[in-house]
Amino acid sequence: MRADTLVIPQETEALISGCEAIAQACKLADVDVITGYPIRPYDTVMQAIAKLISNGEFDAEYIIAESEHSQFEIVKHASAVGARVFAGSSGVGWFYAMEALAVTAGLRMPVVAIVGNRALDDPGAFGVEHNDALAVRDLGWMLTWVDTAQEALDTALMAWRLAEDRRVLLPIAIGMDGAYLTHSQVLVKVPSQEMVEQFLPPYDRAELQLHPDNPITVAPQVNEDWLIEIRKQSDEAMKRAKSLIPDVYADFHRTFGRGESPWFEEYMMEDAEIALLGQGTIAMPLKVAVRQLRAQGQKVGVVRLKWLRPFPTEELRATLSKVKAVGVIDRDYSFGSPFHAGVLATEMRSALYSLEKRPYVVSFIAGLGGREVTAENVIDMSNMTMKVAASGKADTETHWIGVRG
Amino acid sequence: MSFVEVLPQILAPFKGVKGVALEEYFTSGHRTCQGCESALVMKLMIKAAGDRTIVLGSTGCMYVANTTYYTTPWVVPWMHTQLGSSGSAALGTAAALKALMRKGKMKSEPINVIAFCGDGGGADMGLSAISATLTHRDYNCLILMYDNESYANTDIQLSGSTPYGAYTTFSPAGKVKRIMHKRWKKNMAGMMAAGHPECRYVATVCPTYAVDMMNRVRKALTLGGPTFIHSLDPCPKGWDYDPMYSHELGEMAIKCGIFPLYEVEDGKLSYYGQTKYLVEGRTKRLPVREYLNRQGRFAHFLEEDIEYFQAKVDEMWEKWLLPGVLPLTKE
Repeated sequence: MRADTLVIPQETEALISGCEAIAQACKLADVDVITGYPIRPYDTVMQAIAKLISNGEFDAEYIIAESEHSQFEIVKHASAVGARVFAGSSGVGWFYAMEALAVTAGLRMPVVAIVGNRALDDPGAFGVEHNDALAVRDLGWMLTWVDTAQEALDTALMAWRLAEDRRVLLPIAIGMDGAYLTHSQVLVKVPSQEMVEQFLPPYDRAELQLHPDNPITVAPQVNEDWLIEIRKQSDEAMKRAKSLIPDVYADFHRTFGRGESPWFEEYMMEDAEIALLGQGTIAMPLKVAVRQLRAQGQKVGVVRLKWLRPFPTEELRATLSKVKAVGVIDRDYSFGSPFHAGVLATEMRSALYSLEKRPYVVSFIAGLGGREVTAENVIDMSNMTMKVAASGKADTETHWIGVRG
Repeated sequence: MSFVEVLPQILAPFKGVKGVALEEYFTSGHRTCQGCESALVMKLMIKAAGDRTIVLGSTGCMYVANTTYYTTPWVVPWMHTQLGSSGSAALGTAAALKALMRKGKMKSEPINVIAFCGDGGGADMGLSAISATLTHRDYNCLILMYDNESYANTDIQLSGSTPYGAYTTFSPAGKVKRIMHKRWKKNMAGMMAAGHPECRYVATVCPTYAVDMMNRVRKALTLGGPTFIHSLDPCPKGWDYDPMYSHELGEMAIKCGIFPLYEVEDGKLSYYGQTKYLVEGRTKRLPVREYLNRQGRFAHFLEEDIEYFQAKVDEMWEKWLLPGVLPLTKE
């Protein structure tokens, strides 16, 4: 290739929030149909998109639905016709859409959505909990959490590529911690349109497209005759997604120079004796505290999990089999679950169970409803995890952190 | 930014039964009941619309009985949508076509979008989504509600569109309570016409009058924007009568004034068919007694129930400012 035909990668820097970064991603991905409905804190993404459209910077059908259920039904149907789509919600709004979310996965429509994580009502709280997004974890939605506005933008671009891949065709929800990430502004590298076009091919449904030139019947009643086969196909698609994610991250890294580790971020894990594991913006207090603990000579590391579905079982096992104990910090709950733990701790126990040399899982619930998780909280959790590692005795209790008496 | 408005298809009215298109786009492969008028509505609806049409079907009889995997009666593209989602399905499909055509990602041409729902999916669960869609004047789509006056697919349960007093599996006539269902039928078409000032077309139809019905579908699609049609479909299973009388019961419902035939085009109301004759005084409303007596779902009615029913229908014609259409009065 001659030098003058090379596209020179160009990025601009912008001071934007997590939601504004997602709006930029929608524009760069040339999304065709977007649906909004107001609920905090995700809704700032729709405000940002509205500005882009009203200023003529972005061309899409931008529909304000009359409910979250309609929001997700509209994009599901737009996707069937061949439109690239985006929607989002938070908290109980995501639950109001639940029927639509279930069929979107059942139909394998590549809808990309954000969940601005928010505690479920009642009692009302604007702050982050992960139980909203977690409600789709068993349905065939791919589910990931991001930590920074940059990662939000980058992950969204990868999400359309993954979701729309013929080998996958599954919807993707991107979890973004309410307020901490949705509303906090940081410097973000916004790639050029040309770079994105190199990375993200157009959405092509081919023979699956609902169009008069292709008169197919979509989603007939299959009953017991075929349902289990179709569920198995979704399972296979999720497994293929698992094997494709590293390729997509590698390609993204080649194009943009970011996002090399697909499954989780490791921090000070090289010689760690214990690990603290969480999702989303909790990574910040974890890292701050671990730096302090390292200064005191304690061998503690951090694992920030990115993808919950598909779950990186083998990769986590490889990393965590090197530590004696892992403290899992859930910003969610699963009342009545084994050991009354959160979702993440329960999943971790399941993933690690068949390892011959497995670390102890110590289960913590912290930061519900947006409560700040402080470095002191993290040090407490680290100490408890260290104690379990030293004692060589399993700890099956779930520890609620910072609960007033 | 280039902006290409997608214009609707121009579908001239069929001139009489001999002028109707011969092509069928709803064919064999369904397993609806004998005498099912809703299946006829599907057949007429798509015959009227033609093959450059996408149909979205909300959960209900016309989903479950029509589209079982391995068989489909639809020659045109068809997709299932959720029970309360006919409005959203129409909107999403129309929005996608518009975006893709404007951006040059799809060949630009007028494509009809029709979403259908039953009375449960439309007048009950789907009301808010249909209402929202009827305010989006930029999208060409028709929502057709086939009203068989119950959740007929799930075992005949009452809906907001079930007539007063009717026996359903959720409102059986018992030893102590003869009338379990005491709500008057929701006035769906009137509500859609009154509540959506920019919706260009709302009509009521009955498949007994097939050419009239098809021409209302053609007019709705030709006018464009979001439009709404309410069809009254006699249902042998839910109404409990011999299937051979489906057409006759539809005719009686109209001649009794229980279900008026009218259209509202750009805000202008006009009655048509037998209803027009009633309004103009050329014919007299038939008493509701015989209509009710012909159906098993009213078999438990006593004289007082028939009188109550008649009085309520009389009100529609004698007290309403727009007879049979809007339940507003001067006092």
